[in-house]
Amino acid sequence: MAMEAQAIAATDAELGLELGTAPRGMFRRAWEVFAENKLALAGVAFVVFILLFCFVGPHIYVTNQVDTNLINTLCPPSSSNLLGCDELGYDQLGRLMVGGQTSLEVGLAAAVVSVLFGTLYGAISGFAGGFVDSVMMRVVDAGLSLPSLMVIIILSVIFHPTPTVIIFIIAVFYWFGVARLVRGETLALRNREYVQAVKVIGGRPMRSVIRHIVPNAIGTIIVQGTFAVADSILTLSVLGYLTLGVAPPATDWGSMLSGGLTYIQGGNYWWLIYPPGVLIILTCISFNFIGDALRDAFETRLQRR
Amino acid sequence: MAPRKDNETVIGFLIRRIGQALIVLFLVTVATLGLVHLFPGGPVRALLGDRATPYEIAYYDKLYGFNQSFFVQYLKWVDQLLHGNLGYSAKLNLNVSAEIAQDLPKTIVLVLLGTVVSLLFGIPLGVYQAVKRNSVADYVLTGISFLGYSTPTFFLGIVLVDWFAVDVHIFPPFAPQYTSVASILGDPRALVLPVVTYAFLLYALWSRYMRSSVLDNLVQDYVRTARAKGASERRVIWKHVFRNSLVSIVTLLGLSLPTLVGGAILIEAVFNYPGMGLAFYQAALNVDYQTLLGFTVLATVATILGNLLADVGYAMLDPRVRY
Repeated sequence: MAMEAQAIAATDAELGLELGTAPRGMFRRAWEVFAENKLALAGVAFVVFILLFCFVGPHIYVTNQVDTNLINTLCPPSSSNLLGCDELGYDQLGRLMVGGQTSLEVGLAAAVVSVLFGTLYGAISGFAGGFVDSVMMRVVDAGLSLPSLMVIIILSVIFHPTPTVIIFIIAVFYWFGVARLVRGETLALRNREYVQAVKVIGGRPMRSVIRHIVPNAIGTIIVQGTFAVADSILTLSVLGYLTLGVAPPATDWGSMLSGGLTYIQGGNYWWLIYPPGVLIILTCISFNFIGDALRDAFETRLQRR
Repeated sequence: MAPRKDNETVIGFLIRRIGQALIVLFLVTVATLGLVHLFPGGPVRALLGDRATPYEIAYYDKLYGFNQSFFVQYLKWVDQLLHGNLGYSAKLNLNVSAEIAQDLPKTIVLVLLGTVVSLLFGIPLGVYQAVKRNSVADYVLTGISFLGYSTPTFFLGIVLVDWFAVDVHIFPPFAPQYTSVASILGDPRALVLPVVTYAFLLYALWSRYMRSSVLDNLVQDYVRTARAKGASERRVIWKHVFRNSLVSIVTLLGLSLPTLVGGAILIEAVFNYPGMGLAFYQAALNVDYQTLLGFTVLATVATILGNLLADVGYAMLDPRVRY
């Protein structure tokens, strides 16, 4: 291959054609734009930190997060409990790690499920066009007209959810928006020559969708996926706060806040409220920064410089 | 070119758009009624509790018509809805419509005040950010609106209560607890924290949209034309760019109509504000499915209406838009 390339390059040179550098791939160019955004890099750093904190942390800072310990109820921060204890005597710092696992797992999984499904749905709808597209899009309109928070609350009441169920409850409402966006992209892509060419040489429609439409809309999809993580973590924390989230002894950052709120007026139990709240904010803001920078990075207008 | 033909397009667009809205309304109502049947053991089991006998369940299933086919149930339910009957909450012993008549005005007060306050800050600051883009002030304000996007509503409420009601006793920790709108408005101190919480989250939305909308408009040809004709910068911004940028805000206002019904759930739950959101949350905890169903349908209709208004408003305000 390399020999061939050299041979071609030589011919080009002989022909007097300018020998350019290898064309930079989409991801390479996107990374160059992304790396200029300091906020996004800070976001990536924080996401790495919080992943280590939640998943590696419990192996270093070992605490019992299954059995309650009522002697330690609401104990203030000390050398044995760095961030104090909650109302059931669980170590608060260890609880932040365990709760963070649930928040991150649910957030990431819900984002992946909804973006995957929404992408396929939107691409098929836009590619099919005509009547099929109309029907499929009315379903999306209907989904977007449902008051999502209200229905998520109803579903949580009905199903007394485990983390796996919550992933689907959140994803059920998130994919509509993704589907609409991807369909918009598909409408713009379906008339491109390379998509038409597949049709002409007799390729099946699914091949066009998976090999051509989806890869070309990948920028939009990744950006939506990033925002979806932040939104899903927020939704989970809302459910936790409303005491409709995961059941004890499992917890998430929102449930921890809900527990802490009971004691807010009874004294200065700052460690019950601020640590989980700040972690939710920082995690979501990091994903939002990353998503914002990715949008700029995949925006072709900005790449042509 | 004749304006008459233009009008016809608008009417055709309106008819098509309303037709779409009706189809969506049908799909959504079917889905909502279907939700009721998801309750484990059916809606009557949810109402009567685990200790109800099969005989009792069969009796109430017949009484409420749940023994009929879904299709018949749907038709009867829609018939009742069209007569303004949103259902009857057995748990509260109250008509859902009466419940809404009680709570909706209070939620409107909260949502309207919050929206007005957030617009007063969000719109001018968004324009300012766009005009001074990439300045220190722009970065700081961007940071603040990202904070608004990433802060859970309830956490902001909790923090404000902790600061201004527990540490320093400036405001009461909960919202006005009156039944009438007049007495709620008569206690403005208690309204401050809920309204500020709500306004801050909306502020993030308005200022972001205003900023990007102004940025989009600033590079348009008409701006260059206005400048070329010697218009002052102030005139270019406020007479040309600002007015065009407002279009997207009008759309967003239409889209935020449903928050009147359900969007304020969290703020009402944090501050115990006696509105629609709190009533909905309590109904969820009580498994009061009639209230849940009635509120959800109302919120859905509000969403569809809001979308319709937003689209129509957009088409009217921006003559370039033709569907």
